[in-house]
Amino acid sequence: MVSSQDAGAVRPAAVTARGWGWRHAGRAKPAVRALDLDIRPGERVLLLGPSGAGKSTLLHALAGVLGDVNDDGGEAGDADESGSLLVDGAVPRAQRGRAGLMQQDPETQVVLSRVGDDVAFGAENLAVPRDAIWARVHEALADVGLSHLPLDHPTSALSGGQKQRLALAGILAMRPGLILLDEPTANLDPDGVLEVRDAVARCLDKTGATLVVVEHRVSVWKDLVDRIVVLQPGSASDPAVLLDGPPDRVLTEARTMLAAAGVWVPGYVPATRSRAAVPAPGTGNLLLAAEELAVSRERPRRKGFRKIPAVPVQEGLASQVRAGQALAITGPNGAGKSTFALTLAGLLEPVSGKVSATLDLSRGAGIDPYRWKAEQLISRVGTVFQEPEHQFVTGKVLDELLFGPRHLGHGEERVEELLERLRLTQLVDANPYTLSGGEKRRLSVATVLAASPQVLVLDEPTFGQDANTWAELASFLSELLDAGTAVVSVTHDAEFTEALGGVQLRMAAAEAVAR
Amino acid sequence: MRQELNLRGNHALLARANPLSKFAAVLLITAVLALSIDWVSASVALVFEILLFPLAGLTLTQLWQRGWPLILAAAVGGWSTSILAPDSGRILLDVGIWTMSEGSLQLGIGFMLRGFAIALPAVLLMSCTDPTDLADALAQKARLPHRFVLGTLAAMRLVGLMAEEWQTIGMARRARGVGSRGSLGQRIKATLGQSFGLLVQAIRRASRLAVTMEARGFGGGQRTWARESTFSLLDLWVVSGGVLVAGLSLFAAVTAGTWNMVWLGS
Repeated sequence: MVSSQDAGAVRPAAVTARGWGWRHAGRAKPAVRALDLDIRPGERVLLLGPSGAGKSTLLHALAGVLGDVNDDGGEAGDADESGSLLVDGAVPRAQRGRAGLMQQDPETQVVLSRVGDDVAFGAENLAVPRDAIWARVHEALADVGLSHLPLDHPTSALSGGQKQRLALAGILAMRPGLILLDEPTANLDPDGVLEVRDAVARCLDKTGATLVVVEHRVSVWKDLVDRIVVLQPGSASDPAVLLDGPPDRVLTEARTMLAAAGVWVPGYVPATRSRAAVPAPGTGNLLLAAEELAVSRERPRRKGFRKIPAVPVQEGLASQVRAGQALAITGPNGAGKSTFALTLAGLLEPVSGKVSATLDLSRGAGIDPYRWKAEQLISRVGTVFQEPEHQFVTGKVLDELLFGPRHLGHGEERVEELLERLRLTQLVDANPYTLSGGEKRRLSVATVLAASPQVLVLDEPTFGQDANTWAELASFLSELLDAGTAVVSVTHDAEFTEALGGVQLRMAAAEAVAR
Repeated sequence: MRQELNLRGNHALLARANPLSKFAAVLLITAVLALSIDWVSASVALVFEILLFPLAGLTLTQLWQRGWPLILAAAVGGWSTSILAPDSGRILLDVGIWTMSEGSLQLGIGFMLRGFAIALPAVLLMSCTDPTDLADALAQKARLPHRFVLGTLAAMRLVGLMAEEWQTIGMARRARGVGSRGSLGQRIKATLGQSFGLLVQAIRRASRLAVTMEARGFGGGQRTWARESTFSLLDLWVVSGGVLVAGLSLFAAVTAGTWNMVWLGS
């Protein structure tokens, strides 16, 4: 490759779509239908729309990675493309490195195990000469604010926000004219979100590259973009682009519509059911108590013949879980919030100290929740994990809901009510893995509640959720609280904590966590 | 496991050698030792290996921590050989069905020493070779296809993640009422279900990672390498070291008359 490319600045890319449509292999309906869109070089576009509008499909197509699975076998040739989608007048697939794509899950945005190697990876694939690669690596790391890390720093030691910034550096090192971000901050805590947003802003100011970003949280990106395009699920009669214009205009014109579609428009907190009466702290039946608790995800390790106890991520924790009370566990990333909650929920063994269930909760099962059998646990403490897919154990929504009650031998009558209440009735025969993000979240809450636990523990229940799912979840939990369930949630979401009321436990940053 | 694969801070001599030359040296020694079950060649090789392992930046404690499963396996292998092999010479121990004779003891010790002598270089190689450097050497020097080498390297990084994922899925399933404790049957069933959950997550992760790699231009024909894999004088020493250890073991065993090709029977 010519080295003059390095001397030259980034050449911003233009996007042209004319009647473009795409149907994924094995699907009846197209993901995108009849899209007409022009993006000028250097423009910064925020792509909005309800789930199913084909936003991710468009980004993948622009990145030239759509339909790759078909090439390697499988349902080859079954996917359908219509119309044209061009980057700088040419098919995206034919222009490797012209566009860079960042996806949602930070773990899969990292390719190699050392920071410098990971940034260099894209440039290597574009056959950039060796010396130029390292110059690009240093520059890209500086641009995303990671230049303080040595090049051999292990990528596994980075936080989520740092991983996403590293991915951005890897993209920048390719010098792409088009940067594509697919919900880049959905899995990050508030600090991580700002870290990534600011790094993107700096890089765009410097390179002038074109940006297309998909994200539910409009307020994060509103001031950075100069255009908002709202897509809608395509049909024969409606155009794929519903609205298109400067951010302020689109947000004023379509505020109500966007909010109704679950988009987090700035300054909008969805209305939620308020609690009948928030009980005073310290009231309500005591169900679970933690004393002098030290927690860790690690089990005791064996080194040769010696047994080494796990290093606790937090020590000296104390807390009480009471019926009808909400407990919010907050604090910075890496503070061990989830670890604490999982220990409280009887899923992790305490390193030291104890979690004890009162007689009201244990009902003869013993004092230590970690020692309970799985069937004893689910009818007492239910835990909803951050990633719903981790908890799916059957192949059908209805079976998923009946799973707990069947094991317990009672409570099947509750399933109907939960299906109704969490709007899953239409989906009873669907495979849980094929549901949308919001549906998966509602299902995972419903499945845990089907066993009628007295304590409900939720790990980041609102991460990456649209405003509608958010509001439904908050309202539903406030009903549960009024009915006497104790709700423990690990969350970064201040509005969510507010909506539930109750006690907050703020955990300090753990010293054991190396940064 | 992820920490153990990380070589940061290991600046030992052998850590600087090219992975291919280290691999060649280990292969040579292992090949000679695999040919014969005798205690002379194995002990000669073992003595050299023990003298050389500080060059890999390891202490005896670390060696034990990393290699104990292999070391224990070699010891158990030696013990069982000495009691189960056909007896010859004076009987040293007779406990019912277990008998140990001079001949079988000799065979057992040979077996155990050989196990140590084969396991030790492998542990050394793993402790002073970074997987990324190994991939660089395999693709650039051994000319293996880079798609295959880099794909494997990226997948290996996911293996560490999968270990964490396994724990999380286990907890998540317990929270659904699937017990991982109880009778053997229940446990097997729970483990199978958990494995399926892990498989689904592994496939999802892998396909997302594949998209990431493709979006970074991976899979094209021409590619450059940011890290050049080079051979130096050190590599000559490493390979010569391998030849020397292998040769001396062979020579010592043949001279002592204990050389005993495995396929010729004992």
